[in-house]
Amino acid sequence: MTLSARRIRAITRKELREFRHNGSIVVTMAVLPMIFIIPPLIAILELSSSQAGGLLSGDPLAYLLGIPALVPATVAAYSVVGERAQGTLEPVLTTPIRREEFLLGKALAAVVPSLAVSYVVFGLFLACVALFAHPAVVSAVFQGRDLVAQVLFTPLIAGWAIWLGMAISTRVSEIRVAQQLGVVASIPSAVVTALIAYDVIQITPGLVTFFAVLLLMLDVVGYRFVSALFDRERLMTGTKS
Amino acid sequence: MSTLPQSSGDSGGPALSVDHLSKRFGDRVAFEDVSFEVGRGEVFGFLGPNGAGKTTTVRTLGTLIAPTSGTATVAGSRLTVENGVEIRRKIAIMPESPGLYLRLSVRENLECFADLYEASNPRERIDRALDAVNLVDRANDACGTLSKGLRQRVALARALLGDPEVLFLDEPTAGLDPVAARDVHELIDALRKRGVTIFLTTHRLEEAERLCDRVAILNRTLRTIGRPDELREQLFSKTLTVKTLVPLADPASVFAGLPGAGAWREDAIATYVLDVTDASAAAPAATRALVAAGADVLSISQSQHSLEDVYLQLIDEERGAPAA
Repeated sequence: MTLSARRIRAITRKELREFRHNGSIVVTMAVLPMIFIIPPLIAILELSSSQAGGLLSGDPLAYLLGIPALVPATVAAYSVVGERAQGTLEPVLTTPIRREEFLLGKALAAVVPSLAVSYVVFGLFLACVALFAHPAVVSAVFQGRDLVAQVLFTPLIAGWAIWLGMAISTRVSEIRVAQQLGVVASIPSAVVTALIAYDVIQITPGLVTFFAVLLLMLDVVGYRFVSALFDRERLMTGTKS
Repeated sequence: MSTLPQSSGDSGGPALSVDHLSKRFGDRVAFEDVSFEVGRGEVFGFLGPNGAGKTTTVRTLGTLIAPTSGTATVAGSRLTVENGVEIRRKIAIMPESPGLYLRLSVRENLECFADLYEASNPRERIDRALDAVNLVDRANDACGTLSKGLRQRVALARALLGDPEVLFLDEPTAGLDPVAARDVHELIDALRKRGVTIFLTTHRLEEAERLCDRVAILNRTLRTIGRPDELREQLFSKTLTVKTLVPLADPASVFAGLPGAGAWREDAIATYVLDVTDASAAAPAATRALVAAGADVLSISQSQHSLEDVYLQLIDEERGAPAA
């Protein structure tokens, strides 16, 4: 089976155009992470140089990995059920598009703004720390391994959140229910990152590798699982083929 | 409505061949044991009451849902899951609801679908499709700002982008005003001239009568199929209705033995209905006989049953009620 890059691109471009025309989606995606960084930012800015040592043993930036878990949840949960509710799914499915192309196009469209928001918020967080925190705290926060982990884990976590949201979207018949379930389903990932940030889960190189491999596997399995769930007949008629 | 994309359909074999096709959803029968063929370039009307299985048939032939039993060939390809992409490349379906992305412009909607069909020269293809439905000047308007009729035209333009061999139109004029409906009819006529096979489901019987080469009437099972005039002849005997100023003194002597005519009856005062086999022979002969009898003739008319009469007759027969 050969997938068409052009058809995948068509879906992604259409989605991104819809985001552009619908300001509320972009605002929703951006506002949540902004709220998300306020507590850790206040906590870090209040630290004195003598307290900076505590940061060195923990992973404060891991807290921000909750953002890519939460940001795409709403968009991904809307992806299929939203098209169904609008009546736009049937015309798309009558074209030669394969379900995998449709899903990849949707996933790419969700991952692009999610990564953009996650990295921009992360950059803002670092900028605030660099400008306003005590120098000792700054050097404790700016640890190379944490920065690399942030860059690497953001797409992996976003990918998992997207497939989870899309799985819900293919099975649920109401947009609001899908979006609520999407957010609930992304909470465990956010909790894990928070536990790492607060040093409840002690991070070791081995554990980092384990999480990276696990997320990569979950992303691949998620894609295959959602593809299997995507049943044209059920989506058209509400009845399983 | 002007320029249209050329159909790329080849001329071998029927455009659609359906053989004992059935679809059930659990215990519920959507349609059952449906068989018909549609020739290439034919406009085929698919009529039936709500819930008769018309849309499900279209979705089945469009590979959106799988048949429970039976076989079909669509645009030369066997209807199987494996052939889904191949079939969908050669057909287009315009669903009853236009299903447009309302926040996007008309052109943006069409650009998306031109890419989904992997159309060569998409810009040119879009321009031609817009021209075909007279929407060039609204190309940059958001679809959400268009009237229902204009949205329907965008959906038609979208269906033309893939240069389909077979075009399924599901209630294309539902909810349209007469002018918008006429525009759609003109487009269907233009497509027919280009050799595109059109499978038209509709509730508008006058639309089917005007546009379709043949029609089928479905009510879960296929009730009848044929040209509209053939169906009329199958279901209704031809009659001549004669009206005179005053009742005839001896109608039996006037109407007996007329060429091309059979039995007669008095339908109302001074109104006589003659069963005829050949109206072109019976009408002049009846006129001459009436004049010879000294009758003052008001009118002699041949019975005209519409497709609506055929439709109602069949549906009422199924319900067990007397025909209207």
